[in-house]
Amino acid sequence: MSLQNYSVTRSSKAARVAAVLGALCVILLISAPWWAGRAEMRLLGELFLYLALASLWNLMAGYAGLVSVGQQAFVGFGGYMLFALTMFGGLHPFAAIALAGVLGALVSVPVAVLIFRLRGAYFAIGTWVIAEVFRLGFAQVSALGGGSGSSLPMAIVKSLASKRDMREALSYWLALGAAVLVVTCVYLFLRSRQGLALTAIRDNELAAKSLGIDIWRTKFTVYVVTSALTAMIGALIFLQKLRISPDAAFSVNDWTAFVIFIVVIGGIGTIEGPIIGTLVFFALRETLADLGTIYLIVLGIVAIVVMLKAPKGIWGLIRTRFDLQLFPLGYRVIAPKDDKEA
Amino acid sequence: MDWVNAIVQGTLLGGLYALFAAGLSLIFGVMRLVNIAHGDLIVMAAYLGLTVTATVGLHPLAALAIVVPAMALIGYVLQRGLLNQTLGEDLLPPLLVTFGLSVILQNGLLEVYTADPQKMDAGALETASIAMGGLTLGVLPVLTFAIAVAVIWALQWTFYHTAVGRAFRAVSDNQDIAQLMGLNRRHVFGLAMALALGVTAIAGILLGIRTSFDPSIGGGRLIFGFEAVIIGGLGNLWGTLAGGVILGIAQTVGAKIDPGFQILAGHLAFLIILAIRPNGLFPRIAA
Amino acid sequence: MPEPILNIQGLKAFYGDFQALYGVDMYIEPGEVLAIIGANGAGKTTLMRSVTGLLSNGPGQIHFQGNDISQLRADEVAMQGLAMVPEGRQLFPSLTVKENLMIGAQVGRQGPWNLDAVYRLFPILEERKDQASTSLSGGQQQMVAIGRALMANPDLIMFDEISLGLAPIVIKDIYAALPGIINGGMSAIIVEQDIAQALKVSSRVYCLQEGRVSLEGASDKVSREEISRAYFGIE
Repeated sequence: MSLQNYSVTRSSKAARVAAVLGALCVILLISAPWWAGRAEMRLLGELFLYLALASLWNLMAGYAGLVSVGQQAFVGFGGYMLFALTMFGGLHPFAAIALAGVLGALVSVPVAVLIFRLRGAYFAIGTWVIAEVFRLGFAQVSALGGGSGSSLPMAIVKSLASKRDMREALSYWLALGAAVLVVTCVYLFLRSRQGLALTAIRDNELAAKSLGIDIWRTKFTVYVVTSALTAMIGALIFLQKLRISPDAAFSVNDWTAFVIFIVVIGGIGTIEGPIIGTLVFFALRETLADLGTIYLIVLGIVAIVVMLKAPKGIWGLIRTRFDLQLFPLGYRVIAPKDDKEA
Repeated sequence: MDWVNAIVQGTLLGGLYALFAAGLSLIFGVMRLVNIAHGDLIVMAAYLGLTVTATVGLHPLAALAIVVPAMALIGYVLQRGLLNQTLGEDLLPPLLVTFGLSVILQNGLLEVYTADPQKMDAGALETASIAMGGLTLGVLPVLTFAIAVAVIWALQWTFYHTAVGRAFRAVSDNQDIAQLMGLNRRHVFGLAMALALGVTAIAGILLGIRTSFDPSIGGGRLIFGFEAVIIGGLGNLWGTLAGGVILGIAQTVGAKIDPGFQILAGHLAFLIILAIRPNGLFPRIAA
Repeated sequence: MPEPILNIQGLKAFYGDFQALYGVDMYIEPGEVLAIIGANGAGKTTLMRSVTGLLSNGPGQIHFQGNDISQLRADEVAMQGLAMVPEGRQLFPSLTVKENLMIGAQVGRQGPWNLDAVYRLFPILEERKDQASTSLSGGQQQMVAIGRALMANPDLIMFDEISLGLAPIVIKDIYAALPGIINGGMSAIIVEQDIAQALKVSSRVYCLQEGRVSLEGASDKVSREEISRAYFGIE
């Protein structure tokens, strides 16, 4: 038995099958406007945006150790930028969405410099303070409707497409595109040098430091990139809603609590987790939403139980059971077949 | 005189914020736990007070005699039944479990008490005031501040002059060695949480007498308490009182400039202090 | 032969998947002073952690005064009368000297040791009683650590590497105080890197090597060759 018989590979059969199935799924979803009803499309659009938010939060909390309970700051910021840039800047909504991302990144720089001074759980509450500052700040801007908010003027809505069906298809595709883009970005980022550094930090901060990894800079990069993308998702969310107010834009429940539950239930620190979590979350919501507050209590209990009993969530359970990895990140050693018989 | 008045009122308001913060500070000091549900527990205490005053007909301050031990018991059970399981090297479990708890509490209160704002009736105490050198001070704010000072003094004394305080410090220093000395850290943590929620009960009742409340306001109370802790410096209870006062003054002065600016001014004061003194004004331990 | 105060049978210990002890057998009789020697990584610290309850073990592997303590928590073990002077002193930095000693009495066992008795043994500690424990010299800190364990009035006291990091003159002082500690019928286990010192104060010795007992014998009978073979595994 010689060592040469072993091979090291990132890919696996399951991953290749998953890639093909994933591609088929995306193609099927792209064609949804031709076969799905209006309500289904709205639901799917919302699902995609939650998937994007969850993947981003997971990148921060699950990989970079930056547990934020204030991502609503950037969701709301992006939403308000969409409104401000189209209403007062005269920009096309697409340009406004892109620019919202750029502005989100710019704003996140001083925010990061400030709140990175807080460690661990205090960092989490610090992000919440920032979100509150944004909420109260935007509530002061009377041009954007102050505390009661404003609606996107019809002219701007029509600039997307004149017919309602086309507008809804467009907004659906944007949401789908955003989800695919975010998941792909997160995957590629984690495969990159920076991503490896991130995993090293997560596994052992001290050792990573001694290997010359600049922890602050790596986390800072993640925070800024996440903020930019979250702002763009925020712009998309409020392009769907067509109405914005400080309380809706900076809601900790809608944009952080749900996202955290999705990631925790699906599996924190895995790429697959947010996808599964989003599906579970929407399945629960569609069946239990009539229960109102009870539904939220159930969700909280489920999240706590998962965190304590299965910290890697549903995906963690599946992965340990079947040794699966759909988004191949780690390398694995494959033993030659005849070894087993020897 | 208006500005002096704003500063004095802000100082008194700071007493309430220090009470929000004291439990948070104590828990962090003993077990490095940051309880995201802290604000919701304050609100829960206010509702418990409401139920006690409504059913037994007690004055809200007399209701403390029931609500404080009740909250302490809840704290002990919560710690031993749930939160102890989250403690360890990993930061995520305590954070996410207390976050889940916060959502559960908030919606549980909504289910039981509805979203309608409530207020506790403290009778003449609410409107009573004393004139002092041209200023009119509400008796309730003055009483709140006095209680805050007394509570922090009592916590400080407990920490440094009693066996349980010694156990808190020993477990905080080194859990393994404390365990070797016969201290069951799970029990010690339970006691710390009981004490913290006892203080939280006082904070909740005073909040409920001062203003109207509803199930959604917990997050805001957590943030005020957190800001007071960070401004004052981690691990320093008297610093926490100072932090609460600074936050209170920032808010009342901000409100004086523009009523819509009150809360924002408090947050900005916090961010400025974080920018220039990241360890707070009177730090004692590193985070 | 009297009933052993501590009886370890087939002790296996694990850190996750990593096995650190492979079936250790060991006993100590009442009033006896036992030495445990072994190189770094031989399993001495793991053995201490298992006995004190900081590490949980399979049932039936450790009996203390006839009771199975294998699965008790450290604080429960302490209550039964087993105290430890941990490696590196490990005083509580936010407690004063006196408070550190008082913490030792937390188990609430009655006996000859109290604050006065500890102060008689180490008079310097009374002078320094209100100082922060971290402000003391290494030797004085070791006295606090010993005093803290004595305050529990244990039936068995374990010293883990008490000479580590101390000046030779200080080590001499500490060991000079040892008879005064043990003469009350207390049993003691001394874990030491300083083999000569360990053999001098003990009646029996165990040597550990790679998680197993490699030598057992009377301290005044074992030869230098036996020890070096047991210690380093060199034939």
